[in-house]
Amino acid sequence: MSTPVSAEKKEKISVPFDYNKYLRPNKLPHIWCPGCGHGIVLKAMLRAIDKAGLEKDNIALVSGIGCSSRTPGYVDFNTLHTLHGRALPFATGIKMARPDMKVIVVTGDGDALAIGGNHFIHACRRNIDLTVLVFTNAVYGMTGGQYSPTSPLGAIATTSRYGNVEPPFDTCEIAKAAGATFVARGTAYHTLELEKTIHEALAHKGTSVVDILDACPTYFGRMNKYKSATHMMETMEKDGTVSVKQVDKLPADKVQGKMLRGVLHKIERPEYCEQYASLVQEKAQGK
Amino acid sequence: MVENKRKLLQGNEACVEGAIYAGCRFYAGYPITPSTEIAEGMSVRLPKIGGRFIQMEDEIGGIAAAIGGSLAGLKSLTATSGPGFSLKQEALGYACIAEIPLVIVNVMRGGPSTGYPTGPSQSDIMQAKWGTHGDHPAIAVTPAYVQEIHSETVRAFNLAERFRTPVVVLYDETVGHMREPIILPPPGALEVIDREKVTCKPDEYFPYDERFEIPPLAPFGTGYRFHVTGLNHKKDGFPTNDSKQIGAGNERIMKKIDNHLDEIWKNEEVDLADAEIAVFAIGSTARSARYAVKEARSQGIKAGLLRPLTIWPFPDKAVTELSKRVKAIIVPELNLGQMVLEVQRCSKKAEVTGIHRVDGEPINPGQIIEAIKKAR
Repeated sequence: MSTPVSAEKKEKISVPFDYNKYLRPNKLPHIWCPGCGHGIVLKAMLRAIDKAGLEKDNIALVSGIGCSSRTPGYVDFNTLHTLHGRALPFATGIKMARPDMKVIVVTGDGDALAIGGNHFIHACRRNIDLTVLVFTNAVYGMTGGQYSPTSPLGAIATTSRYGNVEPPFDTCEIAKAAGATFVARGTAYHTLELEKTIHEALAHKGTSVVDILDACPTYFGRMNKYKSATHMMETMEKDGTVSVKQVDKLPADKVQGKMLRGVLHKIERPEYCEQYASLVQEKAQGK
Repeated sequence: MVENKRKLLQGNEACVEGAIYAGCRFYAGYPITPSTEIAEGMSVRLPKIGGRFIQMEDEIGGIAAAIGGSLAGLKSLTATSGPGFSLKQEALGYACIAEIPLVIVNVMRGGPSTGYPTGPSQSDIMQAKWGTHGDHPAIAVTPAYVQEIHSETVRAFNLAERFRTPVVVLYDETVGHMREPIILPPPGALEVIDREKVTCKPDEYFPYDERFEIPPLAPFGTGYRFHVTGLNHKKDGFPTNDSKQIGAGNERIMKKIDNHLDEIWKNEEVDLADAEIAVFAIGSTARSARYAVKEARSQGIKAGLLRPLTIWPFPDKAVTELSKRVKAIIVPELNLGQMVLEVQRCSKKAEVTGIHRVDGEPINPGQIIEAIKKAR
């Protein structure tokens, strides 16, 4: 089934977008492999930032360690490449010191949910105004293809040669349960939808989490017998997901075993820095 | 001018006052005995003066958030004790290579592992220098009195900003939990060094510009958009695989400290002018040593005390010089032999012996007097 393209979307495609406005061209080429989805996600993020009208000087882009965490190096913001799993606490410190800045975290599924899992749930619990983009490729790419906390059961990886026996996390369910006030899923395949979702996440006040399914053909693809990067995207991202907008209209067998895409959870709850400023500081200062 | 304020404070409370005095406006940490009073105090004091406090989900989060806060322009503090200090080591190394000013207080308790949380110890002396992997600069200050915890915390912030590096404030549980009269100095009485302002045009700014011995750090969000990483990097902050640049960067962060040792070293000397036996001690142990030296003097023994307030970089020069004119150097310390190794390394002539204790009790003056008499 092909996704219908609306007139509005066609128009957007035809408008050339100047990525160089946000990139550091002299830091390219990037380190990502041919067929990797990270570049598509980066482009969607830049278009969303542009649409949001954010000032480059006012954006901090913070990452941990891994393939996706190399993103900050390529973009012309205040960029911070931190320690494995620790992007969120570094970002928390920046946001606390400069609540007026837009702080965006780019992280991989291993970075965010394994070594950084504790920081992930607590950032969500605080509802601190960070936009967290989780590049989920279900594998540790930087270290050569080990299974990650989102690898499906049975997946082959260099540390699960006989098939993964650990059940995967659902990033969105964790974010929601932990208290994030904006939770969405996108994919590198649904590029325009992803741009829209990231834009919505950026506009949200509070912890916004976007889980982005994004294929690693080099490791996950080769080890799990995918024919190509496009085959992976079609199987895992296009056919493996269903939009929340369509899910109620589709018969049960078309939804079975698929991951939901789109904005899955959005509520209003006091944001951490605002609470700190209004509640704690005002009381302490006797206002 | 405001009058000096005399108060009865606990060591950890004095640390809070020192941090605020130095201009610290952000604290991120995690509760741990025997340093928790610092977090408690900062949580009360900071919001009153427009600062911010956050209790993070763990020790690593505490130091990581503090680094983030510092990079965004606020003087930042985190405090911990043994096990927490172990957990913070990776991020401490990050602050070294990324050259982010930061103060880390480690109120030392017994170890290894959970050890003896409520007992004093000086067993993290080597950890303060060698705890994180890779060669890296280390500055650690060692106050012994409540008043000094205040002034040394101020000095730690000054050194952190001056040298663009993390600085450790290292004291034992006894000093941290002791209550003593302290005079809170009025503004201006103690020197406070603020971060050097960047004035060049944004396109001329390099966060690791090798033309500077210590390049100034522009806070995030001030129009200087640059990259920070824990990878070896070039002058613009971007990672490099070039061996020349890797070597130069690694050496520069060491040299910026090594070239200014006289500015960083600080020692107190007690009765050393004609001393034949010297004691070398820090923290609560130095307090016992001071008493022991006085007692030995009253018994006609020419004893003296060398008390470093900067333990890292190690006071090589002072120890070497001392070792040439005394017969023996006694090193009492609440561990099984850490500082004594450094004193032995620096000692050219004098015989160096240690007094070590790891039963959770402080070293008492009697133990030191006995050693002084034996060394005579």
